[in-house]
Amino acid sequence: MNEKKDEKRILSLLVDNQPGVLSRIVGLFSGRGFNIESLCVAETNDPLVSRITLVTWGDTVISEQIKKQINKLINVIKVLDYTGTSFVQREMALVRIRAKPEHRAEILRTVDIFRGRVVDVGTDFYTIEVTGDEEKINAFLNLVKPIGINEIARTGAIALAREKQ
Amino acid sequence: MFVIKLSGAKILLKCLKDEGVDTIFGYPGGAVIDIYDELDRTDIRHILARHEQGAVHAADGYARASGGVGVCLVTSGPGATNTVTGIASAYLDSIPIVVFTGQVPTPLIGNDAFQEVDIVGITRPCTKHNYLVTHVEDMARIIKEAFHIARSGRPGPVLVDLPKDVMSMITDYKPVKELKLRSYQPTYKPNIKQLQKVVQMIRSSEKPLIMIGGGVVLSKSATELTGFAKSIQAPVTSTLMGLGAFPASHPLWLGMIGMHGTYRANMSSGSCDLLLAIGVRFDDRVTGKIDEFAPHAKIVHVDIDPTSIRKNVPVAVPVVGDCKVTLELLNALLKKEDLGDINKRHKPWLDRIREWKDTMPLAYKQKDIIKPQYVIEKLYELTKGNAIITTEVGQNQMWAAQYYHFDRPNSFITSGGLGCMGFGLPAAIGAQIAQPDKIVVDIAGDGSIQMNIQEMATAVQYNLPINIVILNNRYLGMVRQWQELFYDKHYSCTGMEYAPDFMKIADAYGASGLRATRPEEVESVLKEGLSSSKTTIMEFLVEQEEKVYPMVAAGDALTKMLLV
Ligand SMILES: Cc1ncc(C[n+]2csc(CCOP(=O)(O)OP(=O)(O)O)c2C)c(N)n1
Ligand SMILES: [Mg+2]
Repeated sequence: MNEKKDEKRILSLLVDNQPGVLSRIVGLFSGRGFNIESLCVAETNDPLVSRITLVTWGDTVISEQIKKQINKLINVIKVLDYTGTSFVQREMALVRIRAKPEHRAEILRTVDIFRGRVVDVGTDFYTIEVTGDEEKINAFLNLVKPIGINEIARTGAIALAREKQ
Repeated sequence: MFVIKLSGAKILLKCLKDEGVDTIFGYPGGAVIDIYDELDRTDIRHILARHEQGAVHAADGYARASGGVGVCLVTSGPGATNTVTGIASAYLDSIPIVVFTGQVPTPLIGNDAFQEVDIVGITRPCTKHNYLVTHVEDMARIIKEAFHIARSGRPGPVLVDLPKDVMSMITDYKPVKELKLRSYQPTYKPNIKQLQKVVQMIRSSEKPLIMIGGGVVLSKSATELTGFAKSIQAPVTSTLMGLGAFPASHPLWLGMIGMHGTYRANMSSGSCDLLLAIGVRFDDRVTGKIDEFAPHAKIVHVDIDPTSIRKNVPVAVPVVGDCKVTLELLNALLKKEDLGDINKRHKPWLDRIREWKDTMPLAYKQKDIIKPQYVIEKLYELTKGNAIITTEVGQNQMWAAQYYHFDRPNSFITSGGLGCMGFGLPAAIGAQIAQPDKIVVDIAGDGSIQMNIQEMATAVQYNLPINIVILNNRYLGMVRQWQELFYDKHYSCTGMEYAPDFMKIADAYGASGLRATRPEEVESVLKEGLSSSKTTIMEFLVEQEEKVYPMVAAGDALTKMLLV
């Protein structure tokens, strides 16, 4: 194991669903110079608990420190590290693509291959919804880039561990 | 159950009584006027500081000298922002205090109302935890949690922000019996397997070194530590924060480690093969160049806070647990070992250390100008090491650490992590209130003392016989020392020739003032000051360009010391 190698980490945090909790976590990252690549927050089935899915990177020492620091926050109930475990991960992107008449068929075909959906159609643009892991979304974006991407909104990753077999 | 209806302010005071609070350090204002109205009707003693920063440092000094929790109460806006430095200092030194701040009424929050600041937002990174109370029904629970969080695990400051309207709201008061902090469960008892590894390592080590820090003081484990060191015959060094947790009069004592550590302590860290680090956090002022810190040692790190472990140095055996519980368990395990054999093995190492001690002791030469070190040694002699010493920051602080030889925990009270000038006088006030029968001395510099000089009024108002020893070198001495050594003597903005006449200051506040200008006056001034029952300033005109030695330049290895 290379301790010094930077590695991406997917953390899933269960936290008290209270005002200010997100700011404690984000403040911890900025104050200690840790990285956040993406972050998603929403309530869980327990209305008192929110789940934050957070993608970060760093070497093993930093990652351990990040997890310990987060755990230390009073409002953090649990820190799960999905890195290297069996989990499902999804991200959604909304992509507005320039849709000249000669490109429309190709766009629709690509959307179809990626099991995306056209969610809005205008005179000049299509807005597409795609979900998948990060790689799949990047692959889709690469394919439609030459056609002309007008705007993108991405959610960042959310993840859940697979059921234990 | 019997239920009574109470206002927020009344609940606050009731809960404080339940927590055993008998003293509050504070400063009133509009947002806390309801609380002050009630406070005056209780038997809780309120100490009126002259600045909110002073109130927080006093609560900090009180916490350390009493071993309990310090409490502070201030108003919203400027009152709250004035507490930030004190809170940050308590945070970095892990001192249990609870700071109550007033806040504008809830309907006005977020409107930039008069004297509104988001103090919960401001103090989030420098408190262990903080709260904004928005519903009076939450008061009792939050106060119970605040005290519990402040004093348990790795202690620290907790801030509770109290909107004015919540203080006058009435609710059914039910005492809170149980805490429901589902994720906050500090680990007190360490993993016994780890401790067995530690014993194994002690058995096979030839050159062990025990390094202690503030955690030993906070966990009140000085006795267990002394027993531990004695039984394995390992030398003991300490960070600034751990001073007093191991008796300086003990033959195994090496003195402080770090930037201004003793020669033998720093050299020992460079040669030891086993470093038993207990309740420390490996601050850069302690380790020097991190890659060359204890290069031959396997490190065992005991701390109740898992984030301290492997934060700065690689560790062979991490032990998450309370220092006291850990040392008790280790001592029990060691009972089964052949200690004679272990001690025999450590003997050559102790001999080597004695050589270091004899060749390079802490030293200075007292000639015709007063040496600051001499003042502190005399102070030590005259108080027989029994005083509680608080310090300001700078050279005065380091000389205090080096030359007042602390034998008891909680007798050295200093702003270690933040290094906050202006700490010593208010901390002395808190310490004297916690320990009315002790001699309390603030060892001060001429620069630092001016940072919270207004607290003279507090000391005099409450008849506190605090002794303020000003080592007046007419410089911001520690910065000047760096300029002398590393910036070609370019003394940019470190002259303090425009200081007030401290004798007149003492007089103006109704305190006594004594001054020594020659070495022969030192003892008599100290004697007179220490025996006075008034707040006393003792000013010593000391050698202006005296330096603190040994010194390790920032970023150098600990064994690379500048000596006299
Ligand atoms: C609030 C604050 N401001 C600035 C500093 C930086 N600083 C560290 S030591 C020092 C000099 C202190 O001078 P003095 O109190 O006279 O002590 P001496 O070093 O001369 O004993 C300064 C300015 C500090 N530690 N704290
Ligand atoms: Mg000075």
